[in-house]
Amino acid sequence: MPDWLLTALITLLKAVLVALALLTTFAYMTLIERRLLARMQIRYGPNRVGPMGLLQPLADAIKSIFKEDLQVTLADKLVYTLAPIIAIGMALTAFAGIPAGPPLSLFGENPWVYNLDAGLLALLALTSMGVYGIFLGGWASGSKYPILGGLRSSAQMISYELGMGLSILGTLMLIGSTNFVAIVEWQALNGWIIVFQVFAFALFLVSSFAEVNRTPFDLPEAEQEIVAGYLTEYTAIKWALFQMAEYVNMITASALMATLFFGGYRGPVFLDAVIPGISGWPIVWLVVKIAFFLFLFIWVRATLPRLRYDQLMRFGWKLLLPLALGNTMLVAFYLAFVTPAGWGLWLLGVLSGLALLLLFFLSDRVRALWSAPAIRPTDAPRPVRPAGGD
Amino acid sequence: MLLVALGIGVLAVIVSAILGPKKGSRAKLMAYESGNDPEHGGVGTGQRFPVHFYLVAMLFIVFDIETAFFYPLAVAYQKLIPFAFFEALTFVLLLLVGYVYVLKKRVLEWA
Repeated sequence: MPDWLLTALITLLKAVLVALALLTTFAYMTLIERRLLARMQIRYGPNRVGPMGLLQPLADAIKSIFKEDLQVTLADKLVYTLAPIIAIGMALTAFAGIPAGPPLSLFGENPWVYNLDAGLLALLALTSMGVYGIFLGGWASGSKYPILGGLRSSAQMISYELGMGLSILGTLMLIGSTNFVAIVEWQALNGWIIVFQVFAFALFLVSSFAEVNRTPFDLPEAEQEIVAGYLTEYTAIKWALFQMAEYVNMITASALMATLFFGGYRGPVFLDAVIPGISGWPIVWLVVKIAFFLFLFIWVRATLPRLRYDQLMRFGWKLLLPLALGNTMLVAFYLAFVTPAGWGLWLLGVLSGLALLLLFFLSDRVRALWSAPAIRPTDAPRPVRPAGGD
Repeated sequence: MLLVALGIGVLAVIVSAILGPKKGSRAKLMAYESGNDPEHGGVGTGQRFPVHFYLVAMLFIVFDIETAFFYPLAVAYQKLIPFAFFEALTFVLLLLVGYVYVLKKRVLEWA
């Protein structure tokens, strides 16, 4: 067998493995989410189908495959079918670039499907392509609620993409590479980025919650809002594909946060004193970190109310965007002019933490930026009060 | 990976189309509008949208291009110090002028 064929086969095998693993994680994620939400509300989640409800995802999958796949008469047939496929395709592809271990650690192979020098950019680009799936899905449904829902979702997602892209610039300045393996190895040498970039991490966390349409930013698909957003006209497997894409995006966002800020596939080194070599266990650490962030997603969903749409947009544009730019300039200034001997980057970490604390303490002042609408001036003259006083 | 991922989507849709029942009726295939006959339904029938969505999309393009310009600068930053700092500062200040103008025009208000 020639070499290139072998490589291609192995890559294909890994791609299929990653896709299947993601789909299984998605299925059980729905179960775990329902169970955890139930526990947080002091009740039991689904526990009838199979032991501890473990077969519930399977039952759901079978149900959605055998369901009638409706297509509204007014829909644009091609785009209507294509939209969920685009959404799921981009979501799955985006995840595959994240390394699950150092090179050659997966039975002598590389534990990633593809590894690009511009890996981070590719990931951001692919997640942006997911917006197409959502908007086209809403547009092709041929009914006005899905169109409005699709517009709202895509406006939200592109707005928060800015906050997301700008908040990692500081990290990139420190590391000087967009390759994921390089990012993880830098953190293995110098310490996790979260230590130096707490502020950026907070911004990134908030933007990624909005980016994957999770609470408190989940109004595109909030049932109490405009019907069900872009999903209104979808049934059966196409609906399931959209849900799948959302959950896979959530997993990708968790993996991205773990890789960028929490040392990726390497564990904390001090644990090596307890069990030798534990910090280098491949895949385990990445899975642990992803699981932690997924838990955070569910926890926040059970805790917070949702924002109104105008608040959501103001929050993204008036708060996240300037703060992310400010953080970038802070890091730039620090790297260019402040280099205290012996401190290294630690002072930057302290500054970043102080910025976050300041934001917390000022939160009542800052809230006016996004919470209360500044009334738009109108050209019409103000209504004259009737004479005679109140 | 892209092929595999898209393939999974296509496969799911095809399998479901083969396995699922197909008993459409006029009422069942009608677009959702709380039980009424849909008004102005259909793709491309000239619905009107708030202009806000266009504005946000345009602002996104501007600021996303800013981000795109910033990435190479950020990656190569440590090699270009301190000259790169002033360059970045100038760029950000120029953009801030635009940003403040947008704020003053209240484009970001959705009230």
